[in-house]
Amino acid sequence: MSQIRPLFKREFLGYFRSPVAYVFLIAFLLISVSLAFSRYGNFFKAGTASLETYFLFFPWLFMFIVPAVGMRLWSEEKRSGTVELLFTLPVTTLEAVLGKFLAGWAFLTLAVLLSFPMALTVAFLGDPDWGIIASTYLGAILMAGAYLGVCALTSALTKNQVISFVLSLAACAMLVFLGLSSFTTTLESFLPVGIADVVSNFSFVTHFDAFTKGIVDPKDVAFFLSLIGFTLFLNVVALER
Amino acid sequence: MIEVKGLVKTYGNKRAVDGITFTVKRGEILGFLGPNGAGKSTTMKMITGFIRPDAGTATVGGIDVAVDPVGVKRQLGYLPESAPAYPEMTVEEFLRFIAEIRGFRATSEKHARVEHVLGLTHLASVRAQTIETLSKGYKQRVGFAQALIHNPPALVLDEPTDGLDPNQKNEVRTLIRSMAAEKAVILSTHILEEVEAICTRVIIIASGRIVADETPSALRARQPGARLDEIFRALTT
Repeated sequence: MSQIRPLFKREFLGYFRSPVAYVFLIAFLLISVSLAFSRYGNFFKAGTASLETYFLFFPWLFMFIVPAVGMRLWSEEKRSGTVELLFTLPVTTLEAVLGKFLAGWAFLTLAVLLSFPMALTVAFLGDPDWGIIASTYLGAILMAGAYLGVCALTSALTKNQVISFVLSLAACAMLVFLGLSSFTTTLESFLPVGIADVVSNFSFVTHFDAFTKGIVDPKDVAFFLSLIGFTLFLNVVALER
Repeated sequence: MIEVKGLVKTYGNKRAVDGITFTVKRGEILGFLGPNGAGKSTTMKMITGFIRPDAGTATVGGIDVAVDPVGVKRQLGYLPESAPAYPEMTVEEFLRFIAEIRGFRATSEKHARVEHVLGLTHLASVRAQTIETLSKGYKQRVGFAQALIHNPPALVLDEPTDGLDPNQKNEVRTLIRSMAAEKAVILSTHILEEVEAICTRVIIIASGRIVADETPSALRARQPGARLDEIFRALTT
């Protein structure tokens, strides 16, 4: 497992060796902040010193933006042939998968944490509940990991980055839409309520909402972590096939 | 050092490699020859553990690649065809990464390794350049440097002189010859003169099978007076 460190380092710094990191970080912050201040977010009109309106859009934003980070993880290596170099170095598939995933996750965490000036703004204007802010950040980071797990997996399936992006987008969209009330009502119309409940339980929105209300439920944490674990396992299988 | 027994690999309904068996001892430089698509690269990829054979075994230093792939990869230096490397890294960053993953974690040791191979492959002048800006000859040398960084007992080189100019070719050959005494080397090539210039043994494969396995002089003796490419053509068609 000591091999994860150099892999992590290379992958993480790799984002900053190309313009990818800067374009991504700036776009992410610009879009997320402007959504909060837009008429859909009503950051000011809400009249509360909280980041709820800011994080409200995160599941949607991640749906587009995490595939942008995840699509290159394996597709890029496959296309450029470096995958042959990587897997003839003394590393196991699991180490390679973990090193890459953790680097991507660290990068997304950095992006999420760079929104901290929003929290400072709220603190300047009022008296926010720091507990809720902390739990929301935790939830956002966990959710980013789960999105990235899905995207890393789809990236391992193809050497075409565009296909990888579209597949990730589709998979992530599914995981978001499952929790929308209109969608669950449709499900309930022809499925037993119990099953519809189970299905909607797989939605990121359902699990993320609790965090934004200051509730750190072990069930929600377990959901995101087990989804990460499961997708990484499939990732190893996909690469070893 | 390198032992290959009955390797088979099938893609779809085409047998890319069809029961290849040979051994390479320390001090030997084995030239792997064959037309395009004969199964040279596939065989090498199976020895290095990048792809799994459908049948047969490959062992390096007594370790079976199917049993302990990481153990084999530790002992091997491998230059894949067209020398892939991370384009956005500089030569030095890339070699440091390889050194680290090869287990040279202490800064001084890592530094010494990188400096050593930069010198061996004459890359010092481009050390701060990103790999994507390098010419093909330099890229090839980066791949070569990467394969040598841990001074491996076994080297597998897929077309090491491909894309180099005559001077660079000569340099690489000299380098391979100078290291060969304590290493087992397999190299694939299209260039028949290269085999005569540096190899102690030559294997010719065609359609996944070995059609000749002998010394370069024995190969020449097959048809006295004929050019090597004529002998090659007679064997592979």
